[in-house]
Formats: sequence, C-alpha cells, structure tokens
Amino acid sequence: MTEFPILSTLTFLPLLGAIFIAIIQGEDDTRMRNARMVALWTSIITFALSIYMWLQFDPAKLAFQFVEKRVWVPQFNLTYHMGVDGLSMLFVVLTAFLTPICILASWTSIKKRIREYMVAFLVLESLLIGMFCALDIILFYVFFEAVLIPMVLIIGIWGGERRIYSCYKFFLYTLLGSVLMLVAMLTTIYETGSSDIMAIANYSFDIGLQKWLWLGFFIAFAVKVPMWPVHTWLPDAHVEAPTAGSVILAGVLLKMGGYGFVRLILPFFPEATIFFSPLVVALSLIAIVYTSLVALSQEDMKKLIAYSSIAHMGFVTLGIVTLTPQGVSGAMIQMISHGLVSAALFLAVGVIYDRFHTREIAFFGGLVKKMPKYAVFTMLFILASIGVPGTSGFVGEFAVIMGTFTYNTWVATVAASAMVLGAAYSLWLYRRVVFGSLKNTKLSEATDLNLRELGVFTAIAATVMWMGIYPKPFLQVINPAVNHLLLSQQNRIVSLPESTVNKDLLAMGSK
Amino acid sequence: MFETILHDVSVILPEISLATIATLVLLSGLFIKRHQQRWTTYFAMGGLVFALLLEVLQEQIRQVAFNGLFIEDTFSILIKALIVSAALIVLAVSRRNLELDEINHFEYPVLVLFATLGMMVMVSANDLMTVFLGLELQSLSLYVMVAINRDKIQASEAAMKYFVLGALATGIFLYGCSLIYGFAGTTNFEALARAMRSPEAMSIGAVIGFTFILVGLAFKISVVPFHMWTPDVYEGSPTAVTTFLATVPKLSGFALIMRVLAQPFQELFPYWQGVLMVLAIATMLLGAFAALNQTKVKRILAYSSIGHVGYALIGIVANGEDGLRASLIYIMIYLVMTLGAFACLMRVARQRSAYENVHDLAGLAQTSPGLAFVFSFLLFSLAGIPPLAGFLGKLYVFQSAINAGLYMLAILGVLSSVVAAAYYLKLIKVMVMDSPVEGMQDTPARQDPLMSLVLGGTVISLTLFFIRPEFVIDLASAAAISLTQGLS
Repeated sequence: MTEFPILSTLTFLPLLGAIFIAIIQGEDDTRMRNARMVALWTSIITFALSIYMWLQFDPAKLAFQFVEKRVWVPQFNLTYHMGVDGLSMLFVVLTAFLTPICILASWTSIKKRIREYMVAFLVLESLLIGMFCALDIILFYVFFEAVLIPMVLIIGIWGGERRIYSCYKFFLYTLLGSVLMLVAMLTTIYETGSSDIMAIANYSFDIGLQKWLWLGFFIAFAVKVPMWPVHTWLPDAHVEAPTAGSVILAGVLLKMGGYGFVRLILPFFPEATIFFSPLVVALSLIAIVYTSLVALSQEDMKKLIAYSSIAHMGFVTLGIVTLTPQGVSGAMIQMISHGLVSAALFLAVGVIYDRFHTREIAFFGGLVKKMPKYAVFTMLFILASIGVPGTSGFVGEFAVIMGTFTYNTWVATVAASAMVLGAAYSLWLYRRVVFGSLKNTKLSEATDLNLRELGVFTAIAATVMWMGIYPKPFLQVINPAVNHLLLSQQNRIVSLPESTVNKDLLAMGSK
Repeated sequence: MFETILHDVSVILPEISLATIATLVLLSGLFIKRHQQRWTTYFAMGGLVFALLLEVLQEQIRQVAFNGLFIEDTFSILIKALIVSAALIVLAVSRRNLELDEINHFEYPVLVLFATLGMMVMVSANDLMTVFLGLELQSLSLYVMVAINRDKIQASEAAMKYFVLGALATGIFLYGCSLIYGFAGTTNFEALARAMRSPEAMSIGAVIGFTFILVGLAFKISVVPFHMWTPDVYEGSPTAVTTFLATVPKLSGFALIMRVLAQPFQELFPYWQGVLMVLAIATMLLGAFAALNQTKVKRILAYSSIGHVGYALIGIVANGEDGLRASLIYIMIYLVMTLGAFACLMRVARQRSAYENVHDLAGLAQTSPGLAFVFSFLLFSLAGIPPLAGFLGKLYVFQSAINAGLYMLAILGVLSSVVAAAYYLKLIKVMVMDSPVEGMQDTPARQDPLMSLVLGGTVISLTLFFIRPEFVIDLASAAAISLTQGLS
C-alpha cells in the first residue's frame, strides 16, 4: 500500500473533476445537472479516500506517512514533497468532509453559473488538501496562496451586494500578509540551503535572524487566522460570501493560519516563539474578549458568527503559544471542532437565508414553532460553539484553558471568563431567532428542513457529538504528534549555546 | 582571408538572410494587390521561421566575427531565437486586427522584420558601434510602426512623442559612447573590459560616459524615470503595434543591458549596482501605483509592463550568474504572459465594438468564457499569484536578491506586487464578476486558428513551465554562464 500515491490522488482528484466539469459540453440544463453530480461524486469519492487514509494512518509512527517525494525544480532544490502526520492528517479529512457539504448546501441556492461555481469549489478543495500535505515550504506557499484565486472568485461572483468590496479586501489583505512570508521563506532557504520542512526544523537559526523570520511568518498566519487587529477582512468576507463560501472559509481557510503556526513557526523558530509568546497571548486575549463583545452587538447573523469565529480562533492561537501538550492538542482539537461547528452555524444561517433572503436578526423570532427540526440542530451547534460538555467544543477549549493554566493563571482566568461572553452572544442569538413569538407574518410560511438539509446537518451533528463524547480517535492521532513536536523543540533549545537563550523565558515555556 | 570571410558570414547568416527576406517582402509588397496583402504577412512569417531555424542551428560556442564587432554565443542565440519567435507570434495574431483597423499596409510586416533585424544585431553586438547600429534600426522601424495608422491623431501624437524622446535618448547614448571612447580609447567590449580593469581607466569621465549609456538603454526598456513615453505610446499605437512594442524590444533591450553590464562594464559594478537598485525600486513602485487609477486597458498594461521591467531588473542588480539567470527566466515568462494578454485584447477587439476602456470588457466571462478564462489566467499570472508561471518568475528574482543580501529590494518588490495585484484584480473583476453592459453585443468573430493556437499555447506553455521548469531554467543557466564567463 505504500506505493499508491494516496495524497496526490486526494489532492488532484478534485482538480480532475473540475477539469471534467469545465470541458463537458451539451445543453445548458444537462450541463448544469452534470456539473452538480460530477462535483458531488468527486468530492464524495475524495472524502471516502480520506477516510481510508485515516484508517491506514498509524498514530504510533511519529514520522510523516504516505510520503511522496519527487524533484520539482532541481536547479533550486525544490521538491514536490507530500506527507501527513498527526498534525495535518485530520485537516485533510476535515477539508474532504466539508467540500461535499458545501456542494450540497449550494444545490439549489446557487442559480447562476453553476459550472464555474462547482469548478471553483473543487479547485479550492484540491488546493487546500495540497496545502495540508505539502512538506516543502515553497510548495506549501504555492498552495497557501493559490487558495486566494478560487475563494476570491467565489466571493466576487456569487456573493452579496458588497461582494466586490469584500473580495478586494480579502484578496489584498491576505496577499499582503503572505508576501512577507515569502521573503522570510526565501531567507530561510538561503540560510538553511533547503526548502524541506524537516530539514529546516533541524536547523538552528541565529536568534536575531530568527525573530525577523518569525515576524515574517507570523504576519501571514495572523492575517489568515485572523488575529486581532488584522481580522477586519473576515466579517466582510463572510457577510458577502455565499453560504457555502462562508462554510469553507470558516471551516478550513481559517485553519490554514493555525496549521501554519504548528507546522512551520513552532518547529522552525522555537526561541523566537518563546520570545514572542507574550505578544501572541496578548493579541489572543484581546481577540477573545473584544470580538466577543463586538459579536454581542451585531445585527447580522453571519457577522455575529464571523466575530465569534475570531474569538474561537483566539483560543487556538492562545493554546498554541502556551507550548504545553494540553494547550497545543487543545488548539488542534479546537480547530477541527470549530471547523465543524462554525461551518454548521453558517449552514444554519444559510437555511433561513434561502427561505427569507435576509440575515437580519430582528426579522426573525419564534422559528421553533414552524421549524422544530431546525431549532434542534441549531441548538446543538450553538451549544457546541459555547463549549458545553458532550460536544466537540468542550474538548478543545477545556484543554486550551488547562494548558494556559500551567502557562499563566491570570491569562487562563481571563480566557475562561471570556467563555461566558461566548455563551451570552450565542444563546442570545438563539433566543432572538428561534424562540419568542412569531411576530413577523412572513415567517408563517416557513418550511422545516428538507431531506438534503437534514442529511447535511445530521452528518455534522453526529461528528460534533462523537468528538465531544468519545474524542479518543482524534486525540490518538493528535497527541503523539504534538508531544513529539514539543519535545524536539525543547531539545533544540537546550542544545543551543547558553548565551542565545533567555533562561527565564525558557523556563516559562517548558513548564 | 577567404576563410575568415566565410566564417564571419556563417556567424551572421541569420541576420543576412532576414535582411534579404525583408527586402524581398518590401519589393513583393509593391506588386501584390491590396486585397491580397495577407500574402506579404505570410511571406514575412516564412522569413522569420527561416531565420529562427538558422539561429537555433548556430553552434553553441562563443564566436566573434568582423574584427570583434559581432558576437554569437549561447546567450545571443537564446535571446535571438526568442525575439524571432515573438515577432512571428505578433505577426500571426495581429493580421486580422490590422485589417479591422484598415491599416493592413504591406509595410507593417516589413517594418516588423527590420525591427527584428535591428534587435538581433543589438543582441549580438560586441562593440558600441554595433550596438548603435542595431539600436537605431530597431528604433526607426518602431517609430514608423507607431505611426502606421497615420489618419488617427493619437497615433501621430504617440509617434511624435516616441520619436522626439527616443532621439533624445539615442543622443544621450551616443554621447556616452563618445565619452567612453575618449577615456578608454576603444569601443570594443573585450578591450573595454580590459581597460576598465586598470585603475586609471576608472576615471570620472568613463563613469559619466557609462551612466549616459545606461540612461539611453533605460529609456528603451522604459525604466523609471525614463518611462514617460510608455503609456502614451502604448495607448496611441494600434493594438497590434503595442503588442510588438511591449514584448520584443523589451527582450532586446534587456539582453543588451545584461551584456553591457556583465561584460565591458562589470568592473564598474560598485558604481552601477546602487543606481540600478534605485531605478528598479522606482520602476516597480511606479508600475504598481500609477496603474491603479487608469481606466484604459492599454495604459494599465503599459504600466504593468513598466512594473515587470522593475522586477526583471532585480536579477541584474543581484548580479552574477544567479541574478542573470533569474532575470532571463523572468523576461521569458513576461514575454509569454504579455504576448498572451495582448492577444486576448486583440481577440476582444474583433468581437466588441469597443475595448479600450476597462469597463468595455464587462461580462466577457459570460459572452466568451474561453477567452475570459485565458485572459484571467494571464492576468493572475502577471500578478504573480501561484500556481501560475508569473509566480515562479518572481520567486527566482526575489531569491537572487536575497542570496545577494538585498533584503530591502526583495521586500519592496513583494509589497509592490501586492499593489499591482489590485489592478490586475480590477481587470479580472470587470471581466468575470460584472455583467455585460446593455447594448454591448458580441459579434461572433471569424475563426482564426492562428489566434487560438497562440492563446492556447500561452496557457499550456505557462502551465507546463510551472510543472516542469527545469528545461527553461537550464536554457537560462547556459545563457547566463556564457555571459558571465564570456570574457575570461
């Protein structure tokens, strides 16, 4: 089984589907139907393949698995190097899981240019999976950056009224963030003589240079996460994107930033990470508290969930820089959980947007009377978003808080109390939209979830519950990889000459 | 004696045959009736193919002819092959548009041939006199090409502007040559390189002379602050001519600058590195910012070409084999992208009543999806977004800058590429995201297999370049090596 290039297949199968959709000819109607079916089946096969990969994955092995390595540019020593470990494998599955959901979610709501839409989603899936598998930093960068093209088209073509403004902002903001990372990457390559992630992780940078490189990488990932104060593109992008665009944006695109932290920043620049960790902690805390407060005052449902995403991603960055096993694993779980929960919440907004063409909270009220099934599922996702025990959100946030507690009790106290704010805006949103009396007469014609929506919600709800009640299969994959990452990081710091490491910081980080 | 002549002629054979064919095309043009004019184009294309064949069949070793006036090495063979192919492509895609604009005079292919000839001479120059010869042949042909639509006032204005400023630049260049000759006592590149090695030759006069030469050449490839003519000339010329202007002369100009800097004036490196760095930064930034508020497509593409010149200069500033190779790769990718983008524009011109303004492109993705795809592909590539070839070009020049320790240059480069991305995105937005303007009907244009071949070819070759770049990099490496080691 080692011969079969499973990661390349996962990466390029959706692309193949996209090319197929682009070239099929015929009447407009049949072409549209074909495009939908081809996209759905391609993404389902990709998902099945990713599950197969998960089953084949051996969590006990610490090295990268399913590795493929081919020469790409011999003159510059760039390789097409793919592989997954416990840090990246679940993200591949997450991407493959959410793409068919996105395609189903836009089954009827997208009316114009369906072929291009399906092509964009399949290309996006292809690039995202490729990014999570890439083990060469330039290859990583190629996928990381290329994601912008399909995403900007999805927002710009199928978005809402202010789509053009949002797609410009999204494109230029994230591009500006990542080009500086390119310079940092090129410097890294020049310094280490290699673009291979594993080789760079074994190289000890001079601490002065390390800080500059850290900043270069950090800006790119901070914009993607997004961290306060570079988060302003996200609410705009979410509000204007079509439902499925928001789903994939919140579900996977934001995770690119967090993944970049654990995949590149932590192993490459251990000392600089410790040096800058107070900064990241401060920004994360601000994000958690500030964006939660902002979320409270939102009147647009999508905007509210967008701000809540920033707050939840604040927990992720917080957990990562505590550099404790609980904190980092918690951040990983939190990313996957948030990928599912926020995706589900955006879908939930999409469901009522499809019916009433508004996302204004004040418009709604009393939906539970007309849409009981919808109310149940939304309740579950709201609770998962708050982090109620028994849902996936709890596992992640609890572990992050635990890790933070060993890092600094005050930080943990602030973060934990901010979770109350999360409960406040989420439950208040739910009360205003679902409970209360049916005041608005337009709502009286509301129809409950149809079979397609029911299926999509059930799939996500089941996974969310599974992660909450029995998270072992997930932790089993993540924990060894996280421990390995932190251990090798500490070993590298200890093995450095004394003068380059600040003792206090070191003691703080390795507690 | 006879053997020397035979050798010299064999070295210059591609140029001789092209000159002969150009003259024959000119003569035949007089006898071919106007509605049969396309045959002169085909004839000229045949001539270019012939010259291309002769060129690639040249031996890949360094050969000097005519007492050191003319040189043929791996570098010149590569560049000349690219120049001839690009001229061929321009002729192939522009014929229908010239007919459309009713300027399909037989002089056009003739002028393309003579300009190409001039560029070939420039690239193979091994003496300042040969440089001047080639430069002038190229420039004079280009002035006339810009003015070929003589009934249109903008075209005449553009030609006038181009001619006056171009003549000024030539004058400055010539003055620089004379200063160099006065202080170094020679115009031959090898002798100059030797002369520059001796400390007494590094006089202020030689440095000033060299600076003038650099200014003259900078004008030809529109480096800021010598770029003023570019937007006006690009806009005023017929699109077919703009396509030629934006691609082929850039290649020859760059090749010449590379040779001049790497061979006779390599010793002046400490003097020119700082100057060129400032020029490169200014060029990149202007190319990015000035285009933001433009509303004419051709003006945007003009500023875009200015910006790209800045990126290509980065490699030259970084110097050495690495830098030259990066620059060469960049120029090759630029050539393909820009040819493709202008070809797209010409295709639009055939099916829409207006195409000059950005908003004239509105909704192209709905009226002709294939064309819009190719155009967006090329624009994303010009913006340098991976996974498109333009990204690899940028990657290599930035890499060469960082390897040379020029961090500021690389950082300003990537930042200006973000600014530039804004206007490429604007064009893409208009084509892909906007709806077609009312009353702007696309008339089905006549099938043009050559055009489709070129459009498809650019997309495929850029994709292939991204997947397997090593072939092109090897070519560029060999050329860069032949340039840096040519004199030792």
